Amino acid sequence: MWEYTPAVMDHFRNPRNVGVIEDADGVGEVGSMACGDALKLTFKLGPDGRIADAKFQTFGCASAIASSSALTEMIKGMTLDEAARVTNNDIAAVLGGLPEQKMHCSVMGREALEAAIEYYRSGGKRRPHVLEGKVICTCFGVTEVEIERVVRENNLRTVEEVTNYCKAGGGCGGCRNQIKEIIARVSGSPVEPEKPEPPKPRLTVLRKIQLIEDVLEREVRPMLQQDGGDIELIDVDGNRVIVGLRGRCAMCKAAGFTLDGLVGAKLREFVSPDLVVEEEKP
Amino acid sequence: MKRIADEGRGARTTAVEQAEKRRVVYLDNNATTRVAPEVVEAMLPFFGELYGNASSMHSFGGQVRKHVERAREQMARLLGADPSEIVFTSCGTESDNAAIRGTVEAHAGRKRHIITTRVEHPAVLSTCRYLANNGYRLTELPVDREGMLDLQLLEDCITDDTALVSIMWANNETGVLFPIAEIAELCRRKGVALHTDAVQAVGKLPIDLSRIPVDLLALSGHKLHAPKGVGVLYVRKGTRLAPFILGGHQESGKRAGTENVPYIVGLGKAAELAAEHLAEEAGRVRALRDRLEEGILARCPDAHVNGRRDARLPNTSNIGFEFVEGESILLMLDEFGICASSGSACTSGSLEPSHVLRAMGVPFTAAHGSIRFSLSRYSTEEEIDYVLEHLPPIIHRLRELSPFVLKTKPQAPVPA
Repeated sequence: MWEYTPAVMDHFRNPRNVGVIEDADGVGEVGSMACGDALKLTFKLGPDGRIADAKFQTFGCASAIASSSALTEMIKGMTLDEAARVTNNDIAAVLGGLPEQKMHCSVMGREALEAAIEYYRSGGKRRPHVLEGKVICTCFGVTEVEIERVVRENNLRTVEEVTNYCKAGGGCGGCRNQIKEIIARVSGSPVEPEKPEPPKPRLTVLRKIQLIEDVLEREVRPMLQQDGGDIELIDVDGNRVIVGLRGRCAMCKAAGFTLDGLVGAKLREFVSPDLVVEEEKP
Repeated sequence: MKRIADEGRGARTTAVEQAEKRRVVYLDNNATTRVAPEVVEAMLPFFGELYGNASSMHSFGGQVRKHVERAREQMARLLGADPSEIVFTSCGTESDNAAIRGTVEAHAGRKRHIITTRVEHPAVLSTCRYLANNGYRLTELPVDREGMLDLQLLEDCITDDTALVSIMWANNETGVLFPIAEIAELCRRKGVALHTDAVQAVGKLPIDLSRIPVDLLALSGHKLHAPKGVGVLYVRKGTRLAPFILGGHQESGKRAGTENVPYIVGLGKAAELAAEHLAEEAGRVRALRDRLEEGILARCPDAHVNGRRDARLPNTSNIGFEFVEGESILLMLDEFGICASSGSACTSGSLEPSHVLRAMGVPFTAAHGSIRFSLSRYSTEEEIDYVLEHLPPIIHRLRELSPFVLKTKPQAPVPA
């Protein structure tokens, strides 16, 4: 059970400003169903250039709904410059605080507001949440720029904190070392020497096998299993990855396509660009 | 029905407590159950007069022994087992740990392969993965969209190196049943030990281990109206299992430690009651579950049952509501005193939804909005109707908040 403040529960039970403004000046959409929360924020400017009305729609937990509701109340009456300075901490403060693991809900609010302001300033071009910078966390699609920002604005010091604030590192955990480096860079303290990232180009055979297993598990299996199939790693010989198709995949006519188009592409993307996938010869 | 309503009012409360007490509709019985009043009554003497140690030589302590042995017989009868095959433990998780680690240890490293499924309870999955990180080879069998296993695949995976197959009887999240009778025959034919986590199955389904050749079976007291803190590991005669707690001769030397007499006696009583109520589970409880499920599906568009409907526990219903998030549903149900669970990421504090639903390939759109209702023999028709009255407006309200659009429009206007 989460310990939510009375303010969070109030905004959750009686959300303010639900809906969509049809002729909105600003529209910001962030998050996705896959991530577990999503927010659509719309606002309308008054003749004085201040935000006259704001509305939201949110898919998410109580703290996501409360953060969105509180945000719409906060920004009404603000100029765009004022609104642009709203941080996730401001949103959390209005709610009397959020549980640590739920801070990403307040970050989602700030991101939607930013997107909406940008929409207005760029002349109403609907930009589907463009990823800015290199993607660090592939599980939740979080970029270097976003991680740097939450670290800076919230004074974060550990990977766990970063995960609580923007979800990065909360899936497979493969990017945790990179997040550590970003924290070190932003906070100005040296990288902890305990876990140096292994030099990239030299992949040991063991590490390569581990990475391949990881990618099969995370990226490939869930898709095959939706169709009642499965895949097993049989052997790795240099850059040749030998796999066995199981379940329905074993009998599938499209298996050749699956192997090259899906499995091969994923392995080349995440492990090493020169891998070739072959099916086990019975 | 009358009897159940009466039992529900058994607890003594003062007028003040009564006034503060909110209505509770408890539909989270796969998480834990209320302790049956008969069980509490059976336990009480062992917190008072009968405090002796069952292992003592004097008759004051020794008289307690026969109560422990009676509980063992009651449990054996529920399972179709011999009393000597019942080992009392502290919980289902301990039983699972002991079965898996005790079996591989008994093979002294000569067999290093374990087979389990992706949808096991963490008590099994974490133990197996721990072993996989310590030199054992682990196969996690996939399930299909309905949560079912491919038995041919299981058979193909068993090798001479396989020390143990560990497959649950009933899934805690979806209630889906695995065909343990067939799996047991297969493992017997292949000469591999079979452990089954039957924590959710015992007390809800008839189980006859004299006809189903599983070697090890774990169960938990608090899932069948006994208190938390007591469980059982069934160990078939002749099964190779290393002792799991050393330090005494209790429980035939397999699990040392002074017997938790009151809880063991309580579990014995709970087993006896469960045997008496099995027909009710299959009849009345199932009918209530179906009433709830049909009612929800009829009233809420874009809702789907997770798991194969005709191979399920009679008390469990797992429903995915698209475009809404589980924690929000639970909190709103809580306002009405309705207790249920969710497989959504937010409820667990992790960022990913239930491993069971993901293994089944349930789309994220529905996994985040999945709610599990689990009934018990104390559930009433009136409670089900209460849920059917309050749940659909909650779903409707949350969908109004959601930026995602419904695939199908509601057939009839939803009551406000």
